[in-house]
Amino acid sequence: MGFFLKLKEGLKKTRESISRKFFEAFKTKELDQKFYDALEVALISADMGYIATENILNRLRTEIPSKKISKPEEAKTLLKKILLETIDYEIPNYEFPLLILISGVNGVGKTTAVGKLAKLFVSQGKSVVIAAADTFRAAASEQLEIWAERAGVRVISHSEGSDPAAVVFDTLISAKTKGTQVIIVDTAGRLHNKKNLMEELKKINRVIDRELPNSDRRNLIVLDATTGQNAVRQVEVFNEAIEIDGIILTKLDGTAKGGVVMAIAEEQNIPVYYAGVGEGIDDLIPFDAKDFIDAILD
Amino acid sequence: MALFKTLSLKINHAFSKIKNKSGLTELELKEAMREVRMALLEADVNFLVAKEFINKVTSKAIGSDILRGLNSSQQVIKLVNDELVELMGSRFSKLMVSDSLPSVYMMCGLQGSGKTTMCGKLAKILAKDNKKVLLAACDIYRPAAIKQLQIIGERSKTQVFEKGQIDPIIISKQAVEYAKTNGYDTVILDTAGRLHIDEKLMEELRSIKLAVKPTEILLVVDSMLGQDSVNVADRFNQDLDISGVILTKLDGDTRGGAALSIKAICGKPIKYVGIGEKLEDIEPFHPDRMASRILGMGDVLTLIEKAQDAISEENAKKIAKKIKNSSFDLEDYLDQLNGIKKMGGMKDMLDMIPGLSGKVSAKDIDDKSFDRTKAIIYSMTPEERHKPEIIKASRRKRISKGSGTSVQEVNKLLNQFEQMKLMMKKVSSGKFKFPF
Repeated sequence: MGFFLKLKEGLKKTRESISRKFFEAFKTKELDQKFYDALEVALISADMGYIATENILNRLRTEIPSKKISKPEEAKTLLKKILLETIDYEIPNYEFPLLILISGVNGVGKTTAVGKLAKLFVSQGKSVVIAAADTFRAAASEQLEIWAERAGVRVISHSEGSDPAAVVFDTLISAKTKGTQVIIVDTAGRLHNKKNLMEELKKINRVIDRELPNSDRRNLIVLDATTGQNAVRQVEVFNEAIEIDGIILTKLDGTAKGGVVMAIAEEQNIPVYYAGVGEGIDDLIPFDAKDFIDAILD
Repeated sequence: MALFKTLSLKINHAFSKIKNKSGLTELELKEAMREVRMALLEADVNFLVAKEFINKVTSKAIGSDILRGLNSSQQVIKLVNDELVELMGSRFSKLMVSDSLPSVYMMCGLQGSGKTTMCGKLAKILAKDNKKVLLAACDIYRPAAIKQLQIIGERSKTQVFEKGQIDPIIISKQAVEYAKTNGYDTVILDTAGRLHIDEKLMEELRSIKLAVKPTEILLVVDSMLGQDSVNVADRFNQDLDISGVILTKLDGDTRGGAALSIKAICGKPIKYVGIGEKLEDIEPFHPDRMASRILGMGDVLTLIEKAQDAISEENAKKIAKKIKNSSFDLEDYLDQLNGIKKMGGMKDMLDMIPGLSGKVSAKDIDDKSFDRTKAIIYSMTPEERHKPEIIKASRRKRISKGSGTSVQEVNKLLNQFEQMKLMMKKVSSGKFKFPF
């Protein structure tokens, strides 16, 4: 099959990192069509999506001449500025007691993120309780308990198959009586197109609204950095159901760069709160837009 | 909803200027191909795969007589689709069975791709094939992974072999030994999820491969994977020489362009797809469905194809003329009904239309009612078929008796036909537009 062979040759280059593709783009001498083509490849490789990529390129095409930019190095600075403008958000400081509701599709690393998040708050001297509201997936609460033990926090769980909203309710009661500062709710992975599961999530959300009406509350969606454009849709649907405040971007330690958050920022205007950069319990860090962009481009 | 919109609307738009003339210019074709490229990229097909694909299809279209024929826009979509199907492998490839039992299937992939769940699904369909399956818990890293496999084993009524958190190479060896001595003919190894760039863990997989010589090494990939899919598939394939791919989470609006990229980079067949959370939610891979999904257009292509088979162009022109001068009668209606039957019945057709698929349940549509309708028309004289308005009470009674139906049913058909003619009038006078 000639097609495959030819592709393989071509794809050898793909195996090089995304940064390498940006390097190729910015190494051109002139800011001509070739430069824009190479840049398109780099932006798409980073999963920014066709539409966001074209928007970025169009801005460059107008701003490069108007700012009389001729050197690739200056174009790079401009690109960084454009990207930064898109995803640089001011995230409001937390107030305690704080409730964090974690949601997302299957397999993105929600439970792991919950464990790491708990550790993060513990290391800041906060008291933490986790609600094991994933009552669906086999052994989910066992997995969570192991993480909680590592972080040194309490978990409230019911048996497999029980009502997740009830788990959340019990956790809230327990947190109120004990005066716990941070409550983290881990929910089951659900594909965003499953209507009844989205309804279940709404119910959890309502229970929290009712029981903790005045507390600081952040609904965070966990996204896998290796996911492509479907992530945009995930955020859209979860946001419709429970109003998402922010994103936890996991699995950034692979070769994917999670550029889809750029497309999400353009369409949904939702900031990234945290980034998952490894398997260790301390590998969840507050998201830094500038570092993120530098990591993609340099 | 956004599905169909993406590609076919845009292609139609690109072609709209030329709707009333036959044939396409090369420039118009390029324009359309740009839309196809965009659809592929938005579906997360790797950019290089997309580029090569577009080049190939463009030259093929230019070389053929598509550009001169009728309906070239549909023909181009069809060409794009056919090429996609061909690239993804045109037939279902089953799991290989080892000559010396047990057959060993080694599952591998990134974290969170759905390996453990897929193990249960595979066990279930293999059990249906009268295989005696043993699941082996080789993921010693993820908290509670063994427990998860055990629960899945219980649900799928499959025995699970586990040795706690000891060396996975030893576990897999012992699992195969255990299977041999205890009469299992199939072993599924659930390995831990790992990054393709994690040297140490990739080495572990190579060692397992060396130790048990699996019948198949199956790479489990999340169909939502982005541009990085080529890196992942390539690395796993380079390191392990995988024998096939299983796509997971292919339900809902996942476009799954990764499927094409992975097939393109490693050339290995996609064997199964996971389409839901339940253990029954597994299907053999259908390249044609995947192609429509990537293009975001349901199975409309199959529909076009079937329509082409069922309705000759001549016939279609004849009908159009009749609709225009209002001479469409029950005889023609009968022809149309037979045409639908030829296309696989109404149920099948509705299933293939994007946006409708799954929304109209089988009980809403009764293909049998077509048969009754036909029986009613067959019980009419040629004159009655041509001029339904002459069918009054006594004729209705006779027809109902002749067709074994009730007078009410005959009334219903005549009313529906009247409505339909009104609708046709609107369509032909341009007051009503078809969605495509």
